[in-house]
Amino acid sequence: VKPKFLVGGLVIAAALGYMIWAGVTQSAIYFVTPSELSAAPVSGKAYRVGGLVVPGTLKWEPRTLDLAFTLSDGKATVPVRHKGTAPDLFGEGRGAVVEGQWTREGYFKATLILAKHSEEYQAPHPTKDAAPAPKRLLETLEKEKGSR
Amino acid sequence: MIPEVGTGALLVALTLAVYGAVVSAIGARRGRPAMVESAQHAALGVFALLTAALGLLIYAFLTFDFSVRYVANNTNLGTPFYYRITAVWGALEGSIVLWAWMLGLYTLLVVLRHRTSARELYPWVLTVMLGVLAFFLLVMTIPAPVFARIAPIPADGRGLNPLLEDSGMITHPVALYLGFTGFTVPFAFAVAALVAGRVSDFWITTTRRWTIVAWYFLSLGLLIGGWWSYHVLGWGGYWAWDPVENAAFMPWLTATALLHSVMVQERRRMLRLWNLALVILTFSLTLFGTFLTRSGVIASVHAFTQGTIGVFFLAFLALVVLLALGLIAWRWDSLGAQGELDSVISRESAFLLNNMLLVAATFTVFFGTVFPLLSEAVRGEKVSVGAPFFNQVNVPLFLSLIFLMGVGPLIAWRRASPDNLKRNFLWPVIIGVASAALFRLLGVGSVLVAVSLALTIFVAATISVDLVRATRARRAMGERALPALGGLLLRHNRRYGGFVVHLAVLVVAVGVTGSQTWSVHTETTLQRGEQTELAGYKIRFDGLRESQESNHGKVTGTFTVVNGSAAGTVLHPAKKFYPQEQSPIAYVDYRLGFIDDLYLVLGDFARDGTSVTVKIQVNRMVSWIWLGGVVLTLGTLLSVLPDRRKAA
Repeated sequence: VKPKFLVGGLVIAAALGYMIWAGVTQSAIYFVTPSELSAAPVSGKAYRVGGLVVPGTLKWEPRTLDLAFTLSDGKATVPVRHKGTAPDLFGEGRGAVVEGQWTREGYFKATLILAKHSEEYQAPHPTKDAAPAPKRLLETLEKEKGSR
Repeated sequence: MIPEVGTGALLVALTLAVYGAVVSAIGARRGRPAMVESAQHAALGVFALLTAALGLLIYAFLTFDFSVRYVANNTNLGTPFYYRITAVWGALEGSIVLWAWMLGLYTLLVVLRHRTSARELYPWVLTVMLGVLAFFLLVMTIPAPVFARIAPIPADGRGLNPLLEDSGMITHPVALYLGFTGFTVPFAFAVAALVAGRVSDFWITTTRRWTIVAWYFLSLGLLIGGWWSYHVLGWGGYWAWDPVENAAFMPWLTATALLHSVMVQERRRMLRLWNLALVILTFSLTLFGTFLTRSGVIASVHAFTQGTIGVFFLAFLALVVLLALGLIAWRWDSLGAQGELDSVISRESAFLLNNMLLVAATFTVFFGTVFPLLSEAVRGEKVSVGAPFFNQVNVPLFLSLIFLMGVGPLIAWRRASPDNLKRNFLWPVIIGVASAALFRLLGVGSVLVAVSLALTIFVAATISVDLVRATRARRAMGERALPALGGLLLRHNRRYGGFVVHLAVLVVAVGVTGSQTWSVHTETTLQRGEQTELAGYKIRFDGLRESQESNHGKVTGTFTVVNGSAAGTVLHPAKKFYPQEQSPIAYVDYRLGFIDDLYLVLGDFARDGTSVTVKIQVNRMVSWIWLGGVVLTLGTLLSVLPDRRKAA
């Protein structure tokens, strides 16, 4: 191989190495548990936190699009706020993963919420709790329509 | 009864595949055509049995045979007919069946096409194809038995994942798997060439069409996957650098490199070792992708169930890589190049650079995908790099590749003279630079956007320059313009097929650039009758209604565009309530356009139906990406047509 091709190859390799290094340092997201985060939160650092949405903590304000809930891993809790609706399959008592930053004000500002679920299907929970939700809703809508 | 027949068929197929692989190899070593012929019969038998197994599985789905665990887990009495068929490959076990069936199909086609044409390589090709088939049949027998029974037999199944109830689910996996499995053919030829010691250029010219076909299906699978993500998932994007997407993208990158580097080998007898390495790498990456997505080592939205299947794939992958490296080492002495690189300003040099960039891109995607594993192993903390990493690193690589796409096909082989450069590139460079300046003057996006668009224009200009010149030459001989162009495309179908595929890549590139730059979105809560505005679209919320579908309930919103050329457009985004799901699934509605897609997702609604929270997106030029798929199809068809120059 002629030296100039070798030099060219090295230049490309070096440029690639630099781009990868810069890319990693700028877009690293740290996976932590609520306990790890609350033990040593660094504001401004990008985190991904997974936990259970604590029942009774979910607040949704449709007018202002403010969503708030608490994530827990059983040992520690993290207050989370988000602008916008939650994704499908998100709910109290279920797993969720949030991505965002810890703020100085003492809450986690989520830019992304992922509902944790597996592609392979969960067993249908005994129809007692699953089906009524839409049914009740449909009834309400039905009633509402009648009153008009 | 039926499931036992299915299991039996797979077991017999496994036996036949192992028998055929061994017998074909012995036949090749001892020069016994009868043995190879017996292996050939085994291959046909394997395909017939796989077809029977797939048919039985489809039958089990159509007849709701919930005694089969896989059927019970992926369908229920409410699943519509059409989706009962797609549910067949909706999860792990069935996807392996489809995969193996396609591999069987490719094996059959290889038998039909090459049993007389590639005498020396053919027995070994058969051994490799049947060997790979045997592996997949083994997977279907031990870690992923698709016909396994369940006891007690449930009255109803769990149902198909609602997100998979989409027409994209029939075409996406089929195209993707045809791509993945298709690379087994060039891999088998490469291994055969090494084993038989025939590492000359025969195997490469023989497998050119196979590689193009596999590459095409993989490209199509990726595009349809993007379409599915775009119109089903409701985030308005088509590519997320998710590990599963990356797993399919990596072999695409190396296969793209291969399609180009084989031309250098055909023409200049260079890059023999490199091409073997690319074929092996591409095939290994298809296995790696399956390992990654089926083993649960990396969290992904596509994650399948975890199980021992990952270990099988990792072991097979290790075996393939070790065997291939061993063969290369064994034949090392005969792999030297005969040609030499003469000049940096030459076509082979442009192709070499293209290959380096594609392999670099593969490496960065690989690195980013396994980064969480690396960082956990090295530093003990789990760190991932998201989409920003992949974009930041890959955008410069892809822009360079687009530039080379303009240079490569026109620059001279060996050493380009100043005259050759001027003749081919003067006008395209002027047009490219002028359009970049124009975009900047008009304030079109950032510098990066202007550069990206100008590069696509530069490449389009090089293609035009070539076409215009060649058409003119034919017209000078008395032909009329259109017949001249048509004759040109058909006569040099390989060259111009490549050009059309390049054009498709340009169209996709414009779509990606445009959608990343100019798409806008908002989220808002509206009362009935209230309207909101985004990017010039005034949209009114007209109300909610509910309905009951065959296997789910549905709450549908009605939104009307009240101004502009889209006035009167009514969109119906909805929420679907599946009994097997605890919470609703959004059903996106959209109006596609050449420039603007209007895209609505129902976020939430008041229980009394008077107000909704809706996500509204105006996505720009996304349709160009799907249009690129159409152009890609045309270009591929053109390039695999029989070579007319030989016949003439």
